[in-house]
Formats: sequence, C-alpha cells, structure tokens
Amino acid sequence: MKTSKLQEIASIARSRIILNSHKTGTPHLGSCLSCVDILVALYFSKLSINPKKYRSPTRDRFILSKGHGAAALFQILAMKGFYSDKLLSDYGEDGSIFAEHPPTPDYLPGIEAATGSLGHGLPIGLGMALSSMISGNSFNVYVLLGDGECNEGSIWEAATMAVAQKVENLTIFVDANKWQATDRSADLVGSTSLREKWHAFGWNTYEIEGNNMQEILNVLEEKPITGVPNAIMLNTIKGKGVSFMEDDNNWHYRIPNKEEVELAFHELNVEL
Amino acid sequence: MRNAFAKEITRLAKTSPKLVLLSGDIGNRLFDDFKSIPTSNFLNCGIAEANMMGVAAGLAMSGLKPIIYTITPFTTTRCFEQIRVDACYHNVPVIIVGTGSGLSYASLGPTHHSLEDFAIFRALPNITILAPSDSVELKKCLNEALKLDSPVYIRIGKKGEEILTKELTPLRIGKSTNYKYGDKVCLIGTGTIMSEVMKAADLLESKGVSTCVEGFHTIKPLDKKSLKRLFSLFDVISVIEEHSSIGGLFGAISEWRALEDDLYRTKVLSFGTKDEFMHEVGSQQYARELNGIDALSIFNKTFKTYQKRNKE
Repeated sequence: MKTSKLQEIASIARSRIILNSHKTGTPHLGSCLSCVDILVALYFSKLSINPKKYRSPTRDRFILSKGHGAAALFQILAMKGFYSDKLLSDYGEDGSIFAEHPPTPDYLPGIEAATGSLGHGLPIGLGMALSSMISGNSFNVYVLLGDGECNEGSIWEAATMAVAQKVENLTIFVDANKWQATDRSADLVGSTSLREKWHAFGWNTYEIEGNNMQEILNVLEEKPITGVPNAIMLNTIKGKGVSFMEDDNNWHYRIPNKEEVELAFHELNVEL
Repeated sequence: MRNAFAKEITRLAKTSPKLVLLSGDIGNRLFDDFKSIPTSNFLNCGIAEANMMGVAAGLAMSGLKPIIYTITPFTTTRCFEQIRVDACYHNVPVIIVGTGSGLSYASLGPTHHSLEDFAIFRALPNITILAPSDSVELKKCLNEALKLDSPVYIRIGKKGEEILTKELTPLRIGKSTNYKYGDKVCLIGTGTIMSEVMKAADLLESKGVSTCVEGFHTIKPLDKKSLKRLFSLFDVISVIEEHSSIGGLFGAISEWRALEDDLYRTKVLSFGTKDEFMHEVGSQQYARELNGIDALSIFNKTFKTYQKRNKE
C-alpha cells in the first residue's frame, strides 16, 4: 500500500478516535493519537493476519502493551475488518465489551492479550515468540510499549531473557511521546536515552520519527539480525495530528467537546 | 516431594512435546534427566518471576502447557499480579508449582515461608488450588492438572515427606480423600501437614476416640458435598493446615458453613499458623510446634473439646 494511502487511513483513524472519545467519554486521547501511525503501518502493511482467520496458529501477533491505547486499537481493528463498525455502537454503554483497555481474546477478534496493567504485554509476547521457536509455527510477535511503561521492572526482566534466549521473531516499539500520566518521563527516570538502554540490554535497536509514515515503513523493511530481538524507538508527539492537543498532557484525560471535535476534523481534513 | 515432581515431569515430557518447564533459577541438577530428553522444553527464566509468569501465559495462549517451578513465595506473592491478569483473567492453562511451601523452609525465615498463598489465590477466579499430602498424591495432582484448560496452583513440600496415600486410590480434583475411618471426631487436613494429622489421629485412637481423617487435596473448588456429610456426622471437627488460620482451608469451610441452611451443631477447631511473622527460626517441626499445628497440639485440643462435648 502506498504511503499516502496509509497516511490517509491514519487521519481517518484519528478522526474516529476523537469522535469516539467525545461520544463515549473515553480518555487517553493523547496516548492514542501518538501511536496511530505505527498501528496503521502494522495492520495495513506489515502483519501477516487474516481478519477472517484471526486464530490461525501461524498468524503474526500484535500486543498493545500500553493498553490505555485501546481506543485507537479498537478503531483500527474495525477498519481492518476484524469486526464490523456496528459492534462499536455500544461503546461506552453498560454491558459493552469495549472497556478503556483491551478485553481478553475470547471477547474480541484481533485482540491477543488483555492489557491495561502496564508491564505485562512484553513478557506475554516473549512467551508467544518462544512458543513459535518451540512448536515450529513460524510467526513474528510485535509489542507496542509506552515510554512511561518502561518504568515497570517486568519490562527489563523480559528484555534480559529475550536476549538470553536469542529470540529473533520479537520486535518491540516504544511509543516515546515523552509524557506519562502526570509528568515528563525524563523527570521520573532520568534522561538516559531509551535506545541506549535497550541497546545496553543487547537488543538490535533503531530510532525513528514515530509519526512519520515513510520512516516507519522503512524501518519495518529492515533486514533483521539473526538471533537478536529488535527494539524500535518511536519519537512521537502525544496528541499527534491535532494542533491544540499536541504535546499538551491535559489530553491524557480530557474529553473533547463538540467544537473541538469539529476543529480536529478540519485539521485532519476529514469530513464530520 | 520435589524429587517426585522432577521424576514425574520427566516421565510426562517423553510423550508430551507441548510441555514446557520454567524454572526461576532453582532446582540445581534436579531437572538434569528432564533436560536430557531431546524433545523436552526447559526454560531457566532466571530470578525474574514476574516475567516468568507472563512468559508462561504467552506460551499457554499459544497452545503449549507451561509448568512453573520455584520456591513458593516467589511463584505466588512475588508475581501475584501476573498470576491474576496473565493467567487467571485470560483463563489459560498455566500450572504453578510452589515448592518448599508452608513452613518447609522454616529455617530460612519468613521471606521463604508461604502461609498466605491459599488466602490470596482463593479470591482469584478460574484457578484451581491443590495441596497434595505426599509424593503419590502429587503425581496424581500433576496428571489431573494437565487435563485442565485453566490455571492450577500446586503447593508442594520439600523432601522426605512420609508416604500416606496409595498409588491405586483414584484422585479427583474437588473431591476429598478419606485417609481413615472413625465415628467420634473428624480431622480435616490439607497438604504435607497430613503426616501430623495422622499422628494426631493415632493419639486420639489410643485414648479410645474413634477418629475419621479426611484429606482435602483440593482447596478450590471446595468439596461441599463431603463437608455436608462430615458436618452432619461429627460433633467435633478439627481443620488443620500449614497456612494462616486466616483465609485458608478453615476460612473456606467457615465461609461455606455460614451460608448453609442446615444448623450444624458441630464444634470446629482451627489449627493454622498464627497471624504474625516468625522471628525465631528453627526446623519445620519446631515451627509447627510453635504454631500449635503439630500432632500433639492437634490431639490435645481436639481431645479436650471432644470430652467437653461428651459431658454436655
């Protein structure tokens, strides 16, 4: 798929996420918007998954370890055809399966793991990647982490084991939007670069502009190094795509009003 | 018991290529035979139990049968959230084996004791909780656990546990086992403390008190049918566990009883560990005596209560 087409899909995804937030009161808009581009690139250009055969044992796995980005994933899975838009209609209603975080795989096609408590997705993904090596079902595992999520110790436990076990079918992305819920990440964990940390743990690392579709596509085409897991740092902007949301951490929890939705759609060049 | 576990898991690995054994850097040489099987899968996950539990869940989600093995506190409380979210919420077949549980490692101090594991696991949906009394029961528990498609916790001892059960007696998860018939008092126990329970029964018998001993290798799901029967038959029931008196087998039985329609007049005694950390260390036997869960303590209190009830 052409880069311009993927960029267009990303704009539509952003508009759907914003409208859904307005309609249903779903927060974490800033965190969702920063990771839209990687989600679109993965689902529309990289992952080997047939939405109609989403339980196939040889499918690629994607885990949204930063589970609070679920509102983005839910829209993209619908756009990719894992389920119909109609299923999203009870979003935010009592009895809906669409929580603020992904449900278990039994409850929604396309979901590989119920995340939301941070630091769980990478160990689970590592287990899946190891299962591929054990059972001989060849597939790749992709895990999207938040930079704030890298506060969690379990991430670094998994980082050491993945290298020790020479897991090469595992790729992580760190959505480095430099913010966590209440503070700048660097104020909490120091300013050592994330790439240096992953490199020091023995991972094959890359660092790109994570909201630049072409750079994402390029890095996804990189030839992997044998016997080493891959870590791709995505320099992103929280709230990416809407000028008044960008890098403003109020949008971690704020819900847009009608005027803000209209303004956002205008900026995204999408019709409301 | 740990040797029996290693032996059985080695036997099973020969025919079960889906089995994956995960160790938290423990069991030095214990699994050499297991590892020597060409098709066996062994992962030493290092001293990183939170990751190990998540990895196990990921393996189970992909159709494999992971079994986690390490010292009980580190495979229970250390990684409790991973058990709750990754294994139980997803309801995937991860088998968690806690070795050296209860007071098996009494001399290592409270960091290595596990006296609250039943309590925290009982509140988790989807998990089955097993506590075999000896190596024979352990083997059966392991085989039954592997048939389930959901998380299982197996709480085992260390080494040298007395063999109390028979190979041929079938074991069903959620169904208690009768160790000894009797009609005056009943001792209900679980796990490796059953050896003390049997000794207490002998002491009671020597005083002419016919004693029934019932073993609950399954803490969850609780065998309510057996409880109904035992509570309708006995005036005195002692519940014995190498676990805190809070939230374990006694807790489960008490919760069941409080909601029962039948007005049982049974006097229930709880023999569990005290609600405090053990600052003075010693042997497992010393620790059991200190907590009043040794054979003599069980006998004394049960016998006195029986005598009192008989006078009423």
